[in-house]
Amino acid sequence: MIRSSWALPLLIAAASIVGLVAALTGDGWRDALSWAGLAVPVAATAWAMRVRRS
Amino acid sequence: MSRASVRAWYLVHKWTSLACTLFLLMLCVTGLPLIFHDEIDAALGEAPTMVGSGSSGEGPGLLPLDTMVAKALEARPGEVPLFMAFDNESPLLTVTTGPSPEAPADRMTIQLFNRSTGMPAGTAGEGGVMDVILQLHTDMFLGLFGMLFLGAMGLLFVVALVSGVVLYGPFMRKLDFGTLRVSRSRRLKWLDYHNLLGIVAFAWMLVVGSTGVINALATPILKIWQMNELAEMTRAYQGRAPLPPSRYGSLDRAMAEARRALPGNNPQFIAFPGGAFSSKHHYAVFFQGATPLTERLLTPALIDAETGTLTDARPMPWYTQALTLSQPLHFGDYGGLPLKLLWAALTLFTTVVLGSGVYLWLGRRRAPLDQRVREVESGGRLTPVPAE
Repeated sequence: MIRSSWALPLLIAAASIVGLVAALTGDGWRDALSWAGLAVPVAATAWAMRVRRS
Repeated sequence: MSRASVRAWYLVHKWTSLACTLFLLMLCVTGLPLIFHDEIDAALGEAPTMVGSGSSGEGPGLLPLDTMVAKALEARPGEVPLFMAFDNESPLLTVTTGPSPEAPADRMTIQLFNRSTGMPAGTAGEGGVMDVILQLHTDMFLGLFGMLFLGAMGLLFVVALVSGVVLYGPFMRKLDFGTLRVSRSRRLKWLDYHNLLGIVAFAWMLVVGSTGVINALATPILKIWQMNELAEMTRAYQGRAPLPPSRYGSLDRAMAEARRALPGNNPQFIAFPGGAFSSKHHYAVFFQGATPLTERLLTPALIDAETGTLTDARPMPWYTQALTLSQPLHFGDYGGLPLKLLWAALTLFTTVVLGSGVYLWLGRRRAPLDQRVREVESGGRLTPVPAE
């Protein structure tokens, strides 16, 4: 597992910001990039609920 | 991190959260349907669908603007025009009227028209359920005070988010990312969910929270623009009596003049004299930028409403541009349905973070502060014991 408590949170935050901004700058692939970026926090939660529950 | 600083951040997190949670829960509950207001309006049959060239263009078959204003005033006799707004994709055009040029928002009527056919297509904001929800979300029916109050709650929310992330550090020191200990105690389960959902949704909550604060400041932001940049652009008109609506000149002539000043761009809306977006003597024609990237950055061309001549055209200053950019970033309506669904999911995450926060506080609020701080530092291993 990644040792630093901050590595994954930083990645998720960066993906979210890319997601928030991408669709503002145009349509088409930029919309898709924005869905991918903002899907990261949701996917991370789903992953934790499947894998990290104890 | 030293115990003293964990303790200080704990207290900041606790008090800022407690102060805003109730209102934030209301904002989440009302915000959720607002994400889908287009879809809901369409399902309720309140959104007209029109086919044809965009009403913001100059294409053939679009009726003159003066005709559209006359039609709107025919339906609201005795009123004056306040705004006209355009659409890039369809001939939908809205005309806002009110009893006087300075009419407040709650006295305004927004009529929808098809600019190709000239046919009316209903009015917006007629007290439907979505309008009630929007008003609750914006100002709780308390006008400017309500808006500023919710803005202050948003500011507290931002401080709560930042302090929460600071506490996430010591909490997770010995835990793997995503740890969810659901089978030990209910408190530990919700503590882990609070931390996980809080950290994954942090960037989104920070952006939606702070753009909400900026939106809540819309009224003072526009006032500052009117008093500074706009006043400077219209200096020659200072001290003149407001132009009476009976002397408003042709809107089409004004639009042609504005297009000459800012060629190649499409207008987003026209503000008539006397309102928050113009002087007392001008049609302010707000143009969008020419590329998708700059489309949301508006440049007003100020046209003398009586003579139809250009007074000035300048880009809006940074603080009104910040307001303009804050709107999509707060509403989440700029990237199709998938973006809206993600927006809704993250709104639900926020609701759980708020709810679990209240639950965690309620459960151990009588335990000594030291123990509650130690719970954070130990990653939830040491549970505070309520004092008898």
